Amino acid sequence: MDPNSLTFIFLNAALINNFVLALFLGLCPFLGVSAKKETAWNMGLATTFVMLVSSTSAYAINWVLTELEIEFLRLICYIAVIASAVQLVEMTVKKFSPTLFRALGIFLPLITTNCAILGLALFQTFREYDFLQSLAFSVGAGVGFTLALMLMAGLREKLELAKVPTVSQGAAMSLMLAGLLSLAFMGFAGLGGSHA
Amino acid sequence: MSASDQVPANHTTENQAPPQTPGIKMLITLGGISMLAGLLVVMVVQYTAPFIAENQRIAIENAIIRVIPGATSRKDFLLDSEGLKAGDQDDATGERIYAAYDDNGKLKGIALKAEATGYQDVIRILYGYDPACECVTGIRVLKMAETPGLGDKIAFDPEFLDNFDALEAKLNATGDALENAIHAVKHSNKTRPWQIDAISGATISSAAIGRMINESGQRMFPLIQKHLAELQGGQ
Amino acid sequence: MALPNQQEKVTLDTFLRGLWEENPVFVMLLGLCPVLAVTNSTMNAIAMGTATTFVLVASSTLVSLLRNFIPKQVRIATYIIIIATFVTIVDYTIQAISLDLYNALGAFIQLIVANCVILGRAEAYASKQKLGASVINALGMGAGFTIALLCLGTVRELLGAGTILGFPIFSANFEPWVVMILPPGGFFVLGAWLLLFEYLKQKRERTILENEGVPNGSQ
Repeated sequence: MDPNSLTFIFLNAALINNFVLALFLGLCPFLGVSAKKETAWNMGLATTFVMLVSSTSAYAINWVLTELEIEFLRLICYIAVIASAVQLVEMTVKKFSPTLFRALGIFLPLITTNCAILGLALFQTFREYDFLQSLAFSVGAGVGFTLALMLMAGLREKLELAKVPTVSQGAAMSLMLAGLLSLAFMGFAGLGGSHA
Repeated sequence: MSASDQVPANHTTENQAPPQTPGIKMLITLGGISMLAGLLVVMVVQYTAPFIAENQRIAIENAIIRVIPGATSRKDFLLDSEGLKAGDQDDATGERIYAAYDDNGKLKGIALKAEATGYQDVIRILYGYDPACECVTGIRVLKMAETPGLGDKIAFDPEFLDNFDALEAKLNATGDALENAIHAVKHSNKTRPWQIDAISGATISSAAIGRMINESGQRMFPLIQKHLAELQGGQ
Repeated sequence: MALPNQQEKVTLDTFLRGLWEENPVFVMLLGLCPVLAVTNSTMNAIAMGTATTFVLVASSTLVSLLRNFIPKQVRIATYIIIIATFVTIVDYTIQAISLDLYNALGAFIQLIVANCVILGRAEAYASKQKLGASVINALGMGAGFTIALLCLGTVRELLGAGTILGFPIFSANFEPWVVMILPPGGFFVLGAWLLLFEYLKQKRERTILENEGVPNGSQ
């Protein structure tokens, strides 16, 4: 598969270099929101949407900054745009689904400091993706993030019924689980074949 | 919340109609902070720019000396199908190549960058090409994210790097492409001088090196040979 | 932790809190992204810890100095701009010092801005306390963060490559446990550290209960 193709970029972001399990981005929500499948799914959706908005805005801003040759302001502009995107999503969710809004609680505004969103913007800039590639990248990242969150939630829900030593309850257990998931996802390396 | 040291105007926001001043105050604060931020950043960027440029220069020169044995000085050029141009022109197009000369001003070789996707992410190298022997003289990995202990051996495994001491890159009869495509073969299966013996257990990373040199060579070596006289007289 | 309206007197405790009781990584579980990503070697861990401490102290200083001038509604936005500024400064400084280090840390230098520890400190502490207390507290948090990074970095590098700071510790026969340098290793090592601390904490609580004459707890 051509490494610059949209399919490869999507698969790369979702599976091979999964944002949470391979790149270590977005760990706070991953450990905090993955207790129940329902909240995990909602968080994943909200994050994917914010990723799409941020990715597009970041692409536009980067274009402007490069034209004006003031790239050193990139970080400040990106974080400002992400904060605004989160505000936007927050207001939209509150208006269209108050139940969802209450379910997500504090985690919605916390998406601002979610390294996954900023990481997304930074990686797409470093790798110099064009507009369509950036879109594929952000959708892939969101899907991968949601996938990791759902897998974790499923595991943790099952574990609530099991006898777990008190020493490892809580974060230690989640991290061990995440390690196993990460190990499993390493199997995706090489997906897409060796490009001839 | 610390109400005591806040500006008095904010106290009343909860119970009455919002006063006009806070809006302006917010704007002034944000504007002021942004200006201060911009000032600080610009100052630091200006101050560190020469150091960063120096670091990059040293890094490139170290790499060039590694891949072209005997090189003591270098000159940058921009090369593409439209021609050879000096490397310091701002708006000229072309791929950047580094011509390396020895103490007597003789052209020892040309260093070029190449990149391709490896196992994990993009691998980028600097490699040397000697137009006289029509061969690759060495590679130096600039950037990679391969598996530590396996794929990352491409950067320092002596046996693998030996592949590139005199890797054949002869041009075909018409001089517009390589006669034999450079590629990697399975470990211990190397039979031709234009093949690369892959590291066992790191085939994908090794193959990426082969692919990128081939892709770059097919494109650039014919052009280099075409402008050889200019490059030799460059020093 | 000090009550919101109280101005805290600077004591040794202001600094020490960040090292153990309120360690940002092991206790508060904040700022985990760089902790796992950058600790595949001790050198990277030290560099990241130093960079984060610098941003933490610098932004806490500025926030504390300006705390009476920032209106409540825009405080988060202001803090974020301040933090982003210092992170950009650190980014360019590292490039000027060592390109190798810069390439090793990659995008995670810029991701310091998303580190919840810094924003959390600005919001919960520096915006309410005087300059001296804010700086000392930030130093403590930064030190605690760096120590946590070192804990992970040394273990991962030692088991995953047999070296510390590049110096080989084990003999040449040591077969490195490569998974430790890879992403799963980061999760496992942090989980192991948390397990250890939890075990020590529970053991201490049991000892305290025993000393007070209470029969052995819920175990």
